[in-house]
Amino acid sequence: MAEALVPAGQEEAAAEETHLRHHFATPEQQMDASTLGMWTFLITEVLFFGGMFTAYAIYRNMYPGAFASTSRYMDVVLGGTNTAVLICSSLTMALSVRAAQLSRRKDVIRFLILTMIFGTAFLVIKGFEYHSKWVEHLVPGFNFSYEPVYYQQHAQILFFLYFCMTGMHALHMIVGLGLLTYLLVQSWRGVFHSNYYSPVEMIGLYWHFVDIVWIFLFPLLYLIGHRG
Amino acid sequence: MATIAPTHGTPELAENRVNYLNVEHGWKSWLFTTDHKRIAVLYLISITLMFFVGGLMAVLFRINLLEPEGIFAPETYNRLFSAHGIIMVFFFLVPSIPATLANFLIPIMVGAKDLAFPRINLLSWYIYVIGAFLTLYAVIRGGVDTGWTFYAPYSSTYSNSYVLAAAFGVFTAGFSSILTGLNFIVTVHKMRAPGMTWSRLPLFVWSNYATGLIQVLGTPVLAITLLLLAFERIAHVGIFDPNIGGDPILFQHLFWFYSHPAVYIMILPGMGVISEIVSCFSQKRIFGYNFVAFSSMAIAVLSFVVWGHHMFVTGESMYTSLAFSFLSFMVAVPSAIKVFNWTATMYKGSISFDTPMLYAFGFIGLFTIGGLTGLYLAALGTDVATHGTYFIVAHFHYVMVGGMVMAFVGGLHFWWPKITGRMYPESWAKFAALIIFIGFNLTFFPQFILGYLGMPRRYHAYPPEFQALNVLSSAGASILGVGYVIPMVYLLWSLKYGKKAGPNPYNAKGLEWTIPSPPTTFNFDVTPVVTEEAYNYGELEEIVG
Repeated sequence: MAEALVPAGQEEAAAEETHLRHHFATPEQQMDASTLGMWTFLITEVLFFGGMFTAYAIYRNMYPGAFASTSRYMDVVLGGTNTAVLICSSLTMALSVRAAQLSRRKDVIRFLILTMIFGTAFLVIKGFEYHSKWVEHLVPGFNFSYEPVYYQQHAQILFFLYFCMTGMHALHMIVGLGLLTYLLVQSWRGVFHSNYYSPVEMIGLYWHFVDIVWIFLFPLLYLIGHRG
Repeated sequence: MATIAPTHGTPELAENRVNYLNVEHGWKSWLFTTDHKRIAVLYLISITLMFFVGGLMAVLFRINLLEPEGIFAPETYNRLFSAHGIIMVFFFLVPSIPATLANFLIPIMVGAKDLAFPRINLLSWYIYVIGAFLTLYAVIRGGVDTGWTFYAPYSSTYSNSYVLAAAFGVFTAGFSSILTGLNFIVTVHKMRAPGMTWSRLPLFVWSNYATGLIQVLGTPVLAITLLLLAFERIAHVGIFDPNIGGDPILFQHLFWFYSHPAVYIMILPGMGVISEIVSCFSQKRIFGYNFVAFSSMAIAVLSFVVWGHHMFVTGESMYTSLAFSFLSFMVAVPSAIKVFNWTATMYKGSISFDTPMLYAFGFIGLFTIGGLTGLYLAALGTDVATHGTYFIVAHFHYVMVGGMVMAFVGGLHFWWPKITGRMYPESWAKFAALIIFIGFNLTFFPQFILGYLGMPRRYHAYPPEFQALNVLSSAGASILGVGYVIPMVYLLWSLKYGKKAGPNPYNAKGLEWTIPSPPTTFNFDVTPVVTEEAYNYGELEEIVG
């Protein structure tokens, strides 16, 4: 291979450019390791949320009437808007990964900012929803009274799950926004280019995962009683 | 490899060589290290401390059980055995071999300079320490009385103890376990040296890879379970509370979905250690390499479909119980494959009775007893009779202590020269191995009988006719305790006074024995190229044969 003929100084410069850490042999190996690591991490996330989905499945099966009755308190319009906002944010995230692959620094920054705006918009809308739940006395444990009273106990389980699941999801969004801020600073400094963009891609994977969780949460929590 | 006998006081040349221990000095060089070997040492120190804290709890409640009516208050007894279980399971057994020996050895065994994510490796240690402090805080403030399983609603509605701190401690430590497993999986997939194919990996790597899969797939479920429990406890509502229509059995399902696979986190790495030791001290290729490697994977897969055998008496449907019973029997197959293959490896081998091999013998015998009594508990009829008795306690201590701790101590001796560059004192080590074996059996064999006679676990008092066996068990525990203190003393002693070990004191095979002891920071000066299968002890066989 011609690599052996490259003078040592150039080799170091190449390692600098691709951010090759000492224990990897090639940038490809480093990229492969990051990718596999991220996917493995996402699998742990699937199982983490899986515990709550299991609980949801069991109680929905046990108390179908109570669960369906909660849908009149769920704001489908806000939930639907949030779904659209998140799908848009996934698109802009994917575009920013593509821009990084093509070394288009300005586009990376532009799409990252857009993604963050969508992400923040989601959280703001979610905040309004939480607020209206508090006003309507639908926060289990702290402030809960339910009509019809007949369903009160079992509906409380759904609202408990609602707050756990959407709360965990929102927490992941907040972590994601922190990671995007980091990416923004790094791309401002011009760190990413066609030979080194794995952080953008890895955080992109995370962002898409968080979006997909919402894609499951929305119908399960908001559309229970809206069957035809 | 000819080892140069060092004359006292004049350090040989190798002594002056830079290695991972003397390359940097000061506490910062340890607390901010990303070297997998140093992190392994940090872990070793931490888990040893936790082991002795957990052991102290055991000593105390064994003292309580000397008298039929108990010596301490019932509350104290409950908190002692809960602390013992929580500390030993989550802070010693789960990280024991993976975070120490495997952390040290896996990169070397696959021919890499480090784990794939060195900083995440360090992070996992910090997370472990935070989790340990949270749990110790709970213990010092007065402990928890829920048992290590945190069953709801004991732990949510009815407990007045420090459940939240302990549960957060376990929750936190879980992430350290996830990160370790993730690191191993990626390292084994992506960091192997040229020529190190999957079928040339040492079996220790295979078993830790399988462990990593369980850690990654199981632990998040424990995390969310404990989180839901915490929410339930904080908000006084919840999904496990039967008062509002919740289902406490759901807690058990979620808990055992992690915690049954977790018992394989606590034994698979030990099996890997035994494969290495048996093959080395028989100077023979492991018998049926593929079967041993794939039995690790089979155990990892089956471990996820047997959790229901913890719940035979919770009223789960008979057909569910039948299926779980059958699947639990299935786990015996890969486990037995391993035991038979270790035995077959020794057959016509050139066996030497060094200390690690003594522990391996101990492991094989005790694990077999632990495993076979597991079949009693997988069978519906006998399980219903022995459920919640000391029979269970004896069974899992034969696997966890007789298996995993034996393998851990054996492995620690086996790789001690590699980790520290010094040999342990052989006769003291053999003596300690014997003491541990005797103490262990004296402690736990009587518990099989007690359980069979119907003594329930987790009670501070018992009918007077059980006293003789309980005193026997407590006496054994004190011997076992002494057995664990002896290695502690002579291993520390050996750091300064031990005989210097060459790169390969046992004439063992494997990449870790081709590099100096202790290794340099990046393990290999030149990336090794692997050209032979693992355990290629072939030349010797020709000489003997």
